[in-house]
Amino acid sequence: MKNKIKKVDLIFEKVDHLSILKKAFERTSDEIILDVIDSGLRGRGGAGFPTGLKWKFAKNEESDQKYVICNADEGEPGTFKDREILTNVPEKVLAGMALCGKAIGATEGYIYLRAEYNFLLGMLNEKIREFNKQMKNMNFEFSVFIRSGSGAYVCGEETALMESMEGHRGEPRNKPPFPTQHGYLAKPTSINNVETLVFALMIANLGPTMFKELGTFDSRGSKVFSISGDTPKAGIYELELGMSLEDFVHEFGDGDTKAVQVGGASGFCVARKHFKDTVIGFEGIPTGGSMMLFNSTRSMYNILKDYLEFFEEESCGQCTPCRVGCQQLLKGVEAVKKGIKPATYLNELQKLSETMKIASKCGLGQSVGNPFNSIVNNFREEIIY
Amino acid sequence: MSKFKVNLKINNIPVSVDEGTTILEAARKLNFNIPTLCHHDDLCVAGNCRVCVVEQKGARLLTASCATPVSEGMEILTNSMKVRQARKHIVELLLTEHNADCTKCFKNGHCELQEISNEYRIGDHVFIDLLQEKDRVQDISSPAIVKDDSKCIRCQRCVRTCAHLQAVSALAVTHKGNKMRISTFLDKPMNDVICTNCGQCINRCPTAALTERSYIDQVFDVIYDPSKFVVVQTAPATRVAIGEEFGLEPGTRVTGKMVAALRRLGFDKVLDTDFTADLTIIEEGNELLRRLKEALVDGKDVALPMMTSCSPGWIKFQEHLYPEFLDNLSTCKSPQQMFGPLAKTYYAEKVNKNPADMIVVSIMPCTAKKFEAERPEMRGSGYKDVDFVLTTRELGMMIKQAGIDFNKLENEGYDSILGDSTGAGVIFGATGGVMEAALRSAYEIVTGREVPFSNLNIKPVRGMEGVKEAAIKIKDVKPEWKFLEGVELKVAIAHGLANAKALMDRVKEGKADFHFIEVMACPSGCIGGGGQPIPTTMEIRKKRAAGIYDEDEHMALRKSHENPEVIELYEKFLHEPLGHRSHDLLHTHYYPRKRH
Amino acid sequence: MTRIEEFVKEQAEKHGRERSSLMPILQAVVQSERFLSEEAMVAIATELDLSTADVFGTASFYTFLDTVPRGKNIIRVCKTITCHMKGKDAIIATLEDMLKVKLGETTSDGKFSLLQANCLGWCHKGPVMLVNDEIYPEVTPEKAVEIIREYLKKTK
Repeated sequence: MKNKIKKVDLIFEKVDHLSILKKAFERTSDEIILDVIDSGLRGRGGAGFPTGLKWKFAKNEESDQKYVICNADEGEPGTFKDREILTNVPEKVLAGMALCGKAIGATEGYIYLRAEYNFLLGMLNEKIREFNKQMKNMNFEFSVFIRSGSGAYVCGEETALMESMEGHRGEPRNKPPFPTQHGYLAKPTSINNVETLVFALMIANLGPTMFKELGTFDSRGSKVFSISGDTPKAGIYELELGMSLEDFVHEFGDGDTKAVQVGGASGFCVARKHFKDTVIGFEGIPTGGSMMLFNSTRSMYNILKDYLEFFEEESCGQCTPCRVGCQQLLKGVEAVKKGIKPATYLNELQKLSETMKIASKCGLGQSVGNPFNSIVNNFREEIIY
Repeated sequence: MSKFKVNLKINNIPVSVDEGTTILEAARKLNFNIPTLCHHDDLCVAGNCRVCVVEQKGARLLTASCATPVSEGMEILTNSMKVRQARKHIVELLLTEHNADCTKCFKNGHCELQEISNEYRIGDHVFIDLLQEKDRVQDISSPAIVKDDSKCIRCQRCVRTCAHLQAVSALAVTHKGNKMRISTFLDKPMNDVICTNCGQCINRCPTAALTERSYIDQVFDVIYDPSKFVVVQTAPATRVAIGEEFGLEPGTRVTGKMVAALRRLGFDKVLDTDFTADLTIIEEGNELLRRLKEALVDGKDVALPMMTSCSPGWIKFQEHLYPEFLDNLSTCKSPQQMFGPLAKTYYAEKVNKNPADMIVVSIMPCTAKKFEAERPEMRGSGYKDVDFVLTTRELGMMIKQAGIDFNKLENEGYDSILGDSTGAGVIFGATGGVMEAALRSAYEIVTGREVPFSNLNIKPVRGMEGVKEAAIKIKDVKPEWKFLEGVELKVAIAHGLANAKALMDRVKEGKADFHFIEVMACPSGCIGGGGQPIPTTMEIRKKRAAGIYDEDEHMALRKSHENPEVIELYEKFLHEPLGHRSHDLLHTHYYPRKRH
Repeated sequence: MTRIEEFVKEQAEKHGRERSSLMPILQAVVQSERFLSEEAMVAIATELDLSTADVFGTASFYTFLDTVPRGKNIIRVCKTITCHMKGKDAIIATLEDMLKVKLGETTSDGKFSLLQANCLGWCHKGPVMLVNDEIYPEVTPEKAVEIIREYLKKTK
């Protein structure tokens, strides 16, 4: 566990992305991938799959066409870092996509941008036009296209996103097969988060060692955090991974922090008494970057209800545990609050959330139990009374 | 091609299966039953109901066994603690969305959700009932299909059926989250959308969210009404399937028992649609020959290929999707609708009944026939030609309600007249059957010889391939047919509307030079009809088809033009095929409908 | 051909008639018309050779692809957690009062629809609202009124 909060500047640092690419294009795919594997970079969207491995899987597939997708469907409540990255360093994102294209052997890349960020479209299209021209000038066959979402949180799930790109309802697919085998239009596809692509570019630029030296054994490098809620310092910060939540709250809290929701609505709620022994990272509580702080004026019942309302609406609805489970959890806590159901009913709901976790089709349903259990366990009395 | 074998253990028992096998299939091989709801053997994988989840040792998550292929060394538990809890929860969750008034339900005792709840002994609801009063409204706009969303468990079998088997997509998944449901375009009533009434969705619905519009009570009412003379006709495909309602093997031929049961139910006369199937062959065969003559000799611009018109689901499909080909459809009414007007004219006169007092009931493997009977043009007799259409399943219910021990009935024969048939009429029930029956007669009319196939069995038009093609060279014709000398008659057969669409697109693009096309809306033809006993699978349909061909082989007469009652009908009443009376009673026309 | 049919045809020609063009075409219609009318969905189904139920089913999945009529300006107030904590209820109450509509409704002059949205991605600057594609962070009831007044001026 690292003791101090360490600010890092890899993501937003202005670099000459074209010269990084020029250097990278002179190397082999395997060399590029090996560096990413060596760096220990894991996906920054939240799930944390090793990026280098993903690229390797996609590279190893034989196919006439492969795709790179940049997942910019940032919808996790409490997360807004991808918007900041796209706003401030769009060329680094595009370069990260081209790097991935070089690594896996893809000639087309797509950005899937959530509809809520449509105001970025004009600027991004401009940057893409310029970038595609630059790639042509560098004699590298790679073009980026942009696709918009239309308001569906679940499309952040990689296979739902591909369904949406293909013109369907954003319903997650069965896995296997995985996107690296059978992705967009059934072709091998590497789908990466916005931030992940920029880190990959920076690893190509500075080598894996500098990245590896940051963070901890399980959580290499730094991460862009979206900090919100009861904090005087709400905003975007790139921090070294592996910090303790106590240090975090010390830095960002308002002096009265009673709980932190780590990882957005689908993450975990940590109560004050656990700040000290909670590590932010894959060995502790992983996060796509969302850190929401709550002080003692907040009702955890209201917060839980907000989350559950969100999931009840944003579940795609196809699988039973998620579609019906989300409704039951919400109706259940309301019933307990109103005294229609006894406090012990919360135990039934917790068992149900366990089923949702292990039996749902995708990550959405599988993670609703995280906020539910962590809030019910830590703030049971606030839910009941 | 030999497949790789994959070794795994299910409930600690080793098993070796082909690569690509799902865990569900592998477990079935070891006789471990895993419950399923969204899975159906006829449909693509969905993996959304989650009741089939199993535990894989070492994995954090449970796995949907229907959607997951086996892998080497996998260790699966189909009934672990975790699995039991999850499965029970999932069934409980489904029940909170579900209108569980099981005792009042049309599918009571035939419901897959009920079966699973029963197995798991789901008692009082632990969870909160989510069904609201406003959700308890049935859509009864269609004369064929009732849609009841309060019974829907959102397994999407109907949606996949409508899209992938039938290429219609009248039903779709709409909205998301807690509002996700199965609906039509803008939630319109079923009768206002492109639904063909084929009823394939009903065959695959695990609950009573989709059922046939039932007319059992109305039929009993007329049976008990002494002023009504009630005759019943039975379609070819019902006789090899009704036994399933009484626990018999699919394909068991129970024609004689069915006739006996109908008589015991109180129908005044038990007659046979097979009779009008034979009649259809005479009319349709002559229509084909006439079209060919007009095209080849008179140089007229006639619509070819000619397409069969016995399947009302196919007719409505064509009216919606390919209205430019309506002239290609044979003008012959379906056998059901030929029977109706004949019963209320020719037959009424014979038995000295006032057609106004006559009721014609059909027992059909079909739900689209319910719609067909309601078409305004189906009043050739001056009355509604067919009054009520019941499915094979409804007949099963009636027999049970009447306390008739079906399996112990002695065989009885159809009444005369309009009760006699040939094997050619029987095979209408299976895909390719109309084509085979037509060829048996047409070839003989033209050449004076039997079709050149062993024992009259025209094998190339049989079987379950989606689109079948065949060609028969016509040689040594009779003098009056000399324009057909040396012509190779090309035919095609499609069953299931998705296959029909594929065939129609070829025709539309000018990439097919067929003379005659047979289409049945339902997979495998009428034996797989939307009114047939549930469940349906390819295996079941193959058995029913075998029953049909078996029945054919056991008939004394096997060519429609040899049916003595048909011959008599022409002598005494119709006078000639495609004649004036035929035109009035046996032929019809079609209307273009909107695509959307 | 009606105006909508022509528009849809243009879009189909621009984006192509593959299934993967469905979303861009739906989005273009909503951008231009604010919602997907029956006529528009029929036109899209015709151009792309899809069933209308399929088009409707796909559109209704997405919050931003409305299939009910909406006003010329669509206001979406973020309702998720931090915006809730920071006072979105007051914003909505103020706008309801100003526009004389309830949440989910459209003004009688057809100029505004007042809706809520799930997380808009501005949690550090709540409460936020989206008017059409424009984002307004850190709104107060007073600011909200001002912003909508500007739209009122611009909207004929």
